[in-house]
Amino acid sequence: MAKKLINGNYAAAFGAKLARAEVIAAYPITPQTAVVEQVADFVASGEMKARYVCVESEHSAMAACIAAASAGARTFTATSSQGLLLMHELLHWATGARTPVVMVNVNRAVAPPWSVWADQTDSISQRDTGWMQFYSESTQEELDTVIMSYKVGESPDIMLPSFTTEDAFFLSHTFEPVEIPSQELVDGFLPPFRPEIRLDVENPRGFGSLSMPHQWYMELRYLIAEAMDRARERILRVEQEWKELTGRSYGGPLDEYRTEDADVVLMNAGTAASTIREVVDNLRREGKRVGLARIRCFRPFPTEEIRALGRRVHTIGVMDRCYTFGDGGPFFTEVKSALYNLKDRPAVKNFVVGIGGRDITMKTVGKLYDNLFRIKAGGLDSEKEWIDLKRPEVG
Amino acid sequence: MMAGALFGEGKDVQAFPYFGVERRGAPVTAFLRMDDRPLRIRSEISEPDVVVVLDTFLMKYVDVTAGLKPDGVLIVNSTKGPAAYKRSPSLKVATVDATGIAIRHGVGSRTTPIVNTAILGAMVRVLGIVKLESVLKSIRETAPVKREENAASAIEAYERVVIG
Repeated sequence: MAKKLINGNYAAAFGAKLARAEVIAAYPITPQTAVVEQVADFVASGEMKARYVCVESEHSAMAACIAAASAGARTFTATSSQGLLLMHELLHWATGARTPVVMVNVNRAVAPPWSVWADQTDSISQRDTGWMQFYSESTQEELDTVIMSYKVGESPDIMLPSFTTEDAFFLSHTFEPVEIPSQELVDGFLPPFRPEIRLDVENPRGFGSLSMPHQWYMELRYLIAEAMDRARERILRVEQEWKELTGRSYGGPLDEYRTEDADVVLMNAGTAASTIREVVDNLRREGKRVGLARIRCFRPFPTEEIRALGRRVHTIGVMDRCYTFGDGGPFFTEVKSALYNLKDRPAVKNFVVGIGGRDITMKTVGKLYDNLFRIKAGGLDSEKEWIDLKRPEVG
Repeated sequence: MMAGALFGEGKDVQAFPYFGVERRGAPVTAFLRMDDRPLRIRSEISEPDVVVVLDTFLMKYVDVTAGLKPDGVLIVNSTKGPAAYKRSPSLKVATVDATGIAIRHGVGSRTTPIVNTAILGAMVRVLGIVKLESVLKSIRETAPVKREENAASAIEAYERVVIG
């Protein structure tokens, strides 16, 4: 297998190409543009045998993907920030229609003020749409996850849409060496998408019809809930299969690093995890028992894995590159809720960090571990804190 | 292109830009990190070993050497000699007229020459961490047009760069 120097956006496009996506409908937006440019190039050059549908908005892009997937086509789209927010209505639709659309979202801050930099508010705002959500740490992981998510989503007993994310610039625009799997390898891993129930003019069926309260709406929602629960196990199994073929895996839904004997653990989703690993190794050399648990999958949420971690560590710090106004960081609130029914719970503190693309440096991460050790020694100082916040000068 | 050359010589590399709204002529920053072992840090580079300035006009508004390590290297596209930019004795400064070189080789237009490939040649000579052939190969593989003109710019800058 050959390594190429590509960025996260190209990795996403290679993922769609290798997965043999058949219908692509997408609308360009910074910093996602290179994904659709590259896919359009693949289609135009004939390297990718797919129908590329030019649309006038992200809302239409998702509508086209849902329609194509309903007809039995493998679909792909990509967006970011405002584009994802415009899709929101149809994200719910994709789930209810049980269409396993695969999307790449470049995590970009939402306006105003305008910002094109990394922030996870856009994807976290889609929490309740029933999409599986994956957060990548590296360019390689982005490519691999696009391919794996087709296999998970298209399983006949799952049939759910999924998106994988790239932190704006820190992944979307970062060129690094990536192993591009061969087409034969991916073909052997991912069978063609052939759903049993699909739009077929020869054999008409009703799709998305009315369901009265006494009819089946509630049961259909329950089936989605069950499918999403099944996805937990499927994600692990598919990752195992991928590992057997490529030697690469990413630690399942909760990717843990040096947590076995850790006293304090930082949790994070996205690219800052790489920087955290470096800090963990430095602190370990000083004899400090620190670890990292990267939330790779936000939906389904790795509840059991987090509980298992919570049983053995003293203090957890949850980093959020997003915020729920009036509550706290969304990753924090979910982690805390997963731990609530444990008898002996660790202390959990929320660090709101890197909002709007502000850099998360080794120095920042070092401060967070210092804080966790202070909590371990003297108890929780505060439940949440915004880190590296500038204060305007007064006067 | 420089990342591609280093990657071709077996280094692990990371290259990423920092810019605002995408438009031609706007100031941009680009970062390059390299190592013999796998790279992990993903933050921006605030304490670089090397700073390369493509347009001295920016130096009026940006302190380009802020954070540069005391024994770091500053490479400037300029018709002046290195002494004009030597702020401290331990700083290594090199200058090259990349604009003139790019114009001579017809890279870009006479009014807006593209100096990026010329400056790569200067970097090769000053830094001594990558072979000129590797950079020329990377240029020839990735330049969308005028591949030989771009390569010739890099060669001329390699030859003409003045190290202070």
